[in-house]
Amino acid sequence: MSIEVVDRVLEKYSFDKSSLIGMLQDIQRELKWLPEEVLRMVSWRLDVPLTQLYALGSFYKAFSLKPRGRHLVNVCLGTACHVRGGAALEQALEKQLKILPGETTADDRFTMEVVRCVGCCGLAPVIVIDENFHGKIAPADAVKALENYK
Amino acid sequence: MKPFRANLLVCAGTGCVSNRSFKVKLALEQEIRRCKLEDEVLVVATGCQGFCERGPIVVHWPDGIFYQKVTEEEIPKLVAEHLLKGRPYKELMYTPGEAEAPIPKLTDIDFFKYQRLIVLRNRGIIDPEVIDDYIANDGYTALHKALTEMTPEGVIDEITMSGLRGRGGAGFLTGLKWGVCSKAKDPRKFIVCNADEGDPGAFMDRSVLEADPHAVIEGMAIGAYAIGAQTGYVYVRDEYPLACERIAKAIKQSEDYGLLGSRIFDTNFSFVIKVVRGAGAFVCGEETALMASIEGRMGKPRQRPPFPAQKGLWGHPTNINNVETWANVPIIIMRGADWYASIGTEKSKGTKIFSLVGKVNNTGLVEVPMGISLNKLVYDIGGGIIGGKGLKAVQTGGPSGGMIPKELMDLPVDYEKLAEAGSIMGSGGLIVMDETDCMVDIAKYFLAFTTDESCGKCTPCRVGTKALWNILDDITKGRGKKGDIELLEEIAVNVKNLSLCGLGQTAPNPILTMIRHFKVELEAHINERKCPAYVCKELIDYYIDPAKCKACMICLRKCPVDAITGGKNQIHVIDQEKCTNCGTCFEVCPSRFGAVRRLSGEPVPPPVPQEARIPVRESR
Amino acid sequence: MSEILLQIDGREVKATEEMTILNAARSVGISIPTLCYHEALTPYGACRLCIVEIISGGRKKLAASCVYPVEQGLQVITNSPDLQKARKATMEFLLARSPDSAYLRDRAKREFGITAPRFVLAPEDRSDCILCGLCVRACAEIVGISAIDFVLRGIKSQVEPPFLKGSDVCIGCGTCVAMCPTGYIKVEHISRIAVTHEFPKIGTENISEHAVKCKVCAAFHLGPTYPKDYNRLFAGIE
Repeated sequence: MSIEVVDRVLEKYSFDKSSLIGMLQDIQRELKWLPEEVLRMVSWRLDVPLTQLYALGSFYKAFSLKPRGRHLVNVCLGTACHVRGGAALEQALEKQLKILPGETTADDRFTMEVVRCVGCCGLAPVIVIDENFHGKIAPADAVKALENYK
Repeated sequence: MKPFRANLLVCAGTGCVSNRSFKVKLALEQEIRRCKLEDEVLVVATGCQGFCERGPIVVHWPDGIFYQKVTEEEIPKLVAEHLLKGRPYKELMYTPGEAEAPIPKLTDIDFFKYQRLIVLRNRGIIDPEVIDDYIANDGYTALHKALTEMTPEGVIDEITMSGLRGRGGAGFLTGLKWGVCSKAKDPRKFIVCNADEGDPGAFMDRSVLEADPHAVIEGMAIGAYAIGAQTGYVYVRDEYPLACERIAKAIKQSEDYGLLGSRIFDTNFSFVIKVVRGAGAFVCGEETALMASIEGRMGKPRQRPPFPAQKGLWGHPTNINNVETWANVPIIIMRGADWYASIGTEKSKGTKIFSLVGKVNNTGLVEVPMGISLNKLVYDIGGGIIGGKGLKAVQTGGPSGGMIPKELMDLPVDYEKLAEAGSIMGSGGLIVMDETDCMVDIAKYFLAFTTDESCGKCTPCRVGTKALWNILDDITKGRGKKGDIELLEEIAVNVKNLSLCGLGQTAPNPILTMIRHFKVELEAHINERKCPAYVCKELIDYYIDPAKCKACMICLRKCPVDAITGGKNQIHVIDQEKCTNCGTCFEVCPSRFGAVRRLSGEPVPPPVPQEARIPVRESR
Repeated sequence: MSEILLQIDGREVKATEEMTILNAARSVGISIPTLCYHEALTPYGACRLCIVEIISGGRKKLAASCVYPVEQGLQVITNSPDLQKARKATMEFLLARSPDSAYLRDRAKREFGITAPRFVLAPEDRSDCILCGLCVRACAEIVGISAIDFVLRGIKSQVEPPFLKGSDVCIGCGTCVAMCPTGYIKVEHISRIAVTHEFPKIGTENISEHAVKCKVCAAFHLGPTYPKDYNRLFAGIE
């Protein structure tokens, strides 16, 4: 239940308004995105204008104000990954999943995002699926790796 | 406690972890138990060893043998050979490029030989999640010395005299920065560790936090004492979950040991550290945006003055330094400013960690004395360009930096020399590029990055970076026109001078260095619609050489838009109208034929008449 | 409050600690062009039009005067050929963003001699909203409701109520409308409550002429009729 998640997280940060970003991240980790009702709950409980929460949610890339799929595929397009074939990786995944970065597959299985540097530059090119990093990965193998995620 | 006769140090930085190093560790532990060696051999997960290209990495201590690309399958043999029979296992050793024999010892391998580990002194030899390892290696003795033998002013003097400069990129003298904050009258002060490391291609800070988080904690505690701060924040970017975990764990362990908290070492000094996570905004690496983010607001910078040292977090004096800067502090206090100042160049003291990535053979993380030449970095340590191709440029400083062309490879790497070449040191990303990289494409890439990361507050950056990208996009797609270069330069200079913060002020640098060092390549794109590196798709045409085509039908079948006509005994011809420049035919044509040619900036020969489309076959 | 002496355009100017260079300059009648600045609101420093040259330690740097705090002995130049060039470049960026804004076109021509920018942005990157933030700050600081804020970032930044749909907290006072230099923002975009009265069209008119002192809090509100509705709805004052 979303209200339980919100209460628990706010409690953990002792209702400290300056920890807003940390709170939103914890909430998102559990719910996979930040629905409107949840932001309204936070606004009410914390006495912070809803406007401010929405602005934060839309400014920072870590937050999603749209529902996300069960699994998050992050394609790294940092400089090292760019020169080591990152674009080909992105295209292969777009073709396979039939979605563009920021979108979710019709069956809600995958959401794809582009990230610029996850700090694994020695193993470029890299994709991250959920919490798993896959380095030195060829487009065909990236597509294959998706099969492990239901 | 009986000492172990051997330690197997398994690299557990994010890179190797992604490459199954935890599985390797488990397999090692299992095999050691199976061979009943668990009282004699200890397996330790350490931080990033730096030689990412060769992971998973296992180092045998005390023999110093370096094992690379270790797989779970080979572990029984490794344990049997080296640990039971005492014979280092050759099959997993490192053999450089053309050498015949492997190099067993880590210290003999070029990649490591030329490095000088000061910040990364504990890399690969301690378990970053065990505070006792750090303490056993002289950990926290510097803090003890500072608190019990030195005054805050004395600490600041020592850091100033060492010549340590901010490693985040600005290169400001750390001691001076601390001095300003310490003189601020407000008794409530903060210090911050900037671990936002947003430069794509850079992972130095991540490695330090994952390999040796206590070095950062100790450095911050010493700094807090010197400046008079009570609370510290470590701001870690969201994309680094393992680094975040490790620093949080380390902080907890320090608190448990009384090394953080109230009355540290029984003195009047109390200090706590909190971890704050970034949320995916490169601009939050900028000091005022970082502070806004800690305060729970949007990461929009504000003009300085007032500087953070005067008015920072919640209006209080705040000193912000980069991870690498903090990690240098304990060893400077231990070994003294003179020792530190003996390393490096006249104005750039000490060492610098670089992420050596891109088109080199040995990609990874290296720490070298300031003043080392780019040549040495790329060739001796990096092992040269992959595939034996030609070096074209080294990009330093990330999106705020620039390209150093191959003609300047003898450049000693330090703050001043890189600035003279038009680039900056930045946080330490060194992206090596070869003849297959297009500098116009790279400049456009960086502008795409800064446009995306611009916070949008000030018009010059918000509009200017997009305007610059638009022009570059046109140029890479064959729509460049006369006057573009001058317009690019003018807009670039305006964005540099008028933007509110460092992001906008440095965003045009890749373009300015591209114009300075690679003007010929840029002019080719504009005047001849030519991309010499064959990267800019819209400027490339594909043509099948009738003299070489053997009508094997491979490209014909693979073409995604059916643009190739031909048959078993009919030379293949590409219909240029249908062709989408995907390059598939070029990739699939068998190398012994090599019939598909890429053309750029030259007209495509008209197709041979139908009657002449007979493949040339060699007589037997 | 201690007195601070600084030099502006060669003249010695007395200022107090809390002032900015812009305040100090205006106090002695020196005019500096502004766009995102209003005396009733916290300065923002975003439009970059008010930039001046600061000479410090033998070096010259450019900085926005509306947010630069005065310092003892500071040397400031508010007008020079370089500064005119710089401000012209700033206006060019602004005009590229909002080429259809009558207000901006007028100022660009009158003050800087620009009729059109040398580069054109794609339609989705253009808007009559110049992102000066006057409406956002007014709603937060004067009205105290914060019905709108900047959302997204970079070239995609816009001023919107949360979730881009009607705000439940907007009271329809129209302070944002009165503040907006280009006439972009409309209460109908923001508020869910029915808007019954006419809002004056703000184009090139001097918006401070519309300022009215609020009967409740004695602070300045802008717009001639809205404070009356506000007072009636919320404070029961006619």
